[in-house]
Amino acid sequence: MSATMESQPARRGRMAALAEWADSRLGYSRFLKAHASEYYAPKNFNFWYYFGSLALLVLVIQIITGIFLTMNYKPSAEDAFASVEYIMRDVEWGWLIRYMHSTGASAFFVVVYLHMFRGLMYGSYKNPRELVWIFGMLIYLALMAEAFFGYLLPWGNMSYWGAQVIVSLFGAIPGIGESLVEWIRGDYYISDITLNRFFALHVVALPLALVFLVIAHILALHEVGSNNPDGIEIKKVKGPDGHPVDGIPFHPYYTVKDLVGTVVFLALFTSVIFFAPEMGGYFLEHANFEPANALQTPEHIAPVWYFTPFYAILRAVPNKLLGVVLMGLAVVAFVFLPWLDRAKVKSIRYRGWISKAFLIAFAISFIALGYLGLQPATTAYTNAARVFAVIYFAFFFLMPWYSAIDKTKPVPDRVTYHAH
Amino acid sequence: MSAEPEQIDGGRRHFLLVATTVTGLAGAAATAVPFLASWKPSARAQALGAPVEQDISKLEPGAVLKVNWRGQAIYIVRRTPEMLATLATPEIVNRLRDPNSEESEQPEYTKNDTRALKPEYLVLVGVCTHLGCAPLDRFQPQDAELGADWPGGFYCPCHGSKFDLAGRVFKDVPAPTNLRVPPYRFMNDTLVQIGVDAEVA
Amino acid sequence: MHIKNTALAIVSIVAFGLPAIGAAASAGGHLQPANTDVANTASLQRGARNFMNYCSGCHSARYVRYSRLAADLGLTEAQVIENLMFSGDRIHDTIQTSLRPEDAARWFGTTPPDLTLIARSRGTDYVYTFLKSFYLDPKRPTGVNNLVLPGTSMPHVLWELQGYQAAVYDGQSDAANETVHKQFKGFELVQPGLLSADEYDRFVRDTVTFLDYIGEPMQLKRVSLGFQVLGFLFVFFLLAFLLKKEYWKDVK
Repeated sequence: MSATMESQPARRGRMAALAEWADSRLGYSRFLKAHASEYYAPKNFNFWYYFGSLALLVLVIQIITGIFLTMNYKPSAEDAFASVEYIMRDVEWGWLIRYMHSTGASAFFVVVYLHMFRGLMYGSYKNPRELVWIFGMLIYLALMAEAFFGYLLPWGNMSYWGAQVIVSLFGAIPGIGESLVEWIRGDYYISDITLNRFFALHVVALPLALVFLVIAHILALHEVGSNNPDGIEIKKVKGPDGHPVDGIPFHPYYTVKDLVGTVVFLALFTSVIFFAPEMGGYFLEHANFEPANALQTPEHIAPVWYFTPFYAILRAVPNKLLGVVLMGLAVVAFVFLPWLDRAKVKSIRYRGWISKAFLIAFAISFIALGYLGLQPATTAYTNAARVFAVIYFAFFFLMPWYSAIDKTKPVPDRVTYHAH
Repeated sequence: MSAEPEQIDGGRRHFLLVATTVTGLAGAAATAVPFLASWKPSARAQALGAPVEQDISKLEPGAVLKVNWRGQAIYIVRRTPEMLATLATPEIVNRLRDPNSEESEQPEYTKNDTRALKPEYLVLVGVCTHLGCAPLDRFQPQDAELGADWPGGFYCPCHGSKFDLAGRVFKDVPAPTNLRVPPYRFMNDTLVQIGVDAEVA
Repeated sequence: MHIKNTALAIVSIVAFGLPAIGAAASAGGHLQPANTDVANTASLQRGARNFMNYCSGCHSARYVRYSRLAADLGLTEAQVIENLMFSGDRIHDTIQTSLRPEDAARWFGTTPPDLTLIARSRGTDYVYTFLKSFYLDPKRPTGVNNLVLPGTSMPHVLWELQGYQAAVYDGQSDAANETVHKQFKGFELVQPGLLSADEYDRFVRDTVTFLDYIGEPMQLKRVSLGFQVLGFLFVFFLLAFLLKKEYWKDVK
């Protein structure tokens, strides 16, 4: 007994010495301090601030499950479909890994859309966070590409025709369109060659890009500090210790708080995986359980739900080139927000009714377009899509006007926070 | 909210921290299980590795037949009475490293003088116990290459390991143990099944 | 506060409402509910026998292994070999068909599709209704047509069991007989089969139950595992929540 009592401090001393040795050569404790235990985040984060850490969690899930899927998936037109069924049936627990990955794809977009909406509400894109926002938008674009390339891999009939339609969009570019499409496919139709290069992009190129962009996004954020629901710069009011009065160390306060959010998210995520992996045909489309068939388009072809707002805009425009251009603009428009918004305040809490009305109208039209993009293109639906597309673009392009004339409320010096 | 009475309860905080960490680690460990288990031989690998059956009615005395089971060559040798007679002779037994197969790998029912269920039929895994090459069958005694005292057996061309007609390793060669015997059984007199253990009476 | 509630409503719609809104978008409107229950082992076993007897002559189920059937259907391997395997396959093999593709092309003009995933891609209601919707049509080479998949090249394989039925339409006395002018009213049994209507429904339901199962053989397991995972997460949530509360006492 006494022997162990004596050896305890000695062992701890050796561990500490080893840690110190490594730290003096790596500097990880400085890194952890800067980004966790001494990164001061506003104390008034609300529900909407869970989605950043959740997006990171989903990225990790996708990378790990993706690596394990790659171990059994075969990227060839001949074998791809069968190898997915092999994963689903013959590989022990393969079905779980596959469902995690397929559900993770949709979960990624759910989380990212909510994260982006948070930015819209609280003006998180405004000075000094323009670069945080731009990196975020690049992540979103990379994510769309990642999802698109990944969707071809199961080589189901929806994979095939989805790729066919989206690749054809590039054909709308005047002059070079057709040869560009051929170059992307590497063939005269979506083929084994296309599948093989999409696989390389999906498993190597884009994940690498995503990881680097996420690092840049977080570094830029930690350089300027986090925004908050009040849109107040907490660095303006500092205490005697030199730290923001309204700031709290990210670790432990937000690590324990995000853990709660993570567990709730995991409960929803695993509920989909175990009880409704197809999510009624929206996460895994029914037509994709038929192998790719170049001779037969599925009866009802729609992209996966996270692309449908833009797809609806594409279909609403009665001109191929203009449709593609407007669809692209709908995606890219977000990038310009820091310079379109001329309001004096950041957060929606202190903005006037015009800005609130535009934001709500935008959110409704985004969801409505998402719904319409899933429906067959009847005349009534197309007309509705046109109306919502106009509202969608009005939110962005009228912003320099309405954000400038909108009456704002005075912003307090300190954040709104009620201790529980 | 009155500030003073609510002091930090260090014990409670510590307990919750440990409990949450342990639960989280348990969850992570449980999540790792499916990922690790996915590396086990899949249903397809198991199907391909299923027991194989081999008809041995056409196998001539003194000849060898090679069957693929789980990516390994399985040698089935029909031994002649003369071949079997050599196995127990002292001039061979004394030259063996493990004559009684004490150190070697084989099913219990083949741990005998002939290393076989039926002495006439020898079933071996054709993988040298040294570094995994495929031993050649050199059943004729006094081989030109292997010398005048060669009693007949298996010879590994990679590193010169030698085995007798029961797959037992000779002394002074690199291979440490006798050639392995796979699990097998006779379904009837002419049908041998490799990959399933014989029911030992 | 107002904006917060609106925003919350939007979240819930995005996250959960969207899939529900258009769930009826798949397949046609007039399908009959199959009411299958893959947890019903007896139904699965009957369905497996039906499939092997009536379907597997032309259709493969090339991702399904017999050994998996034995494990999941509560049968021994010997029972599966005895009752379900006809073509000299081995227990670890997948369900292939003895019909050669070139013969199929000559006889039916097409290759009968693999049925492993048919219930997943088309839905159980579709397959159930399809198998009940063959009717006499002298214009077709097989003598029958199908209301769910008009112009199908599949013959009415189950005619001995169901008998032959005719499609009855409203208001079609014109000689043209174009489909657009007709309103389908129902089927009329022209020649009875070995089974009564109810027995035939059960026969088809069992078969579709089996197809549902082979479409996703792990579906029984995943639900029960899901409850365990949620149970664990509930405990984890309580601990994490208390831990958060404890730490946030510091934040004034």
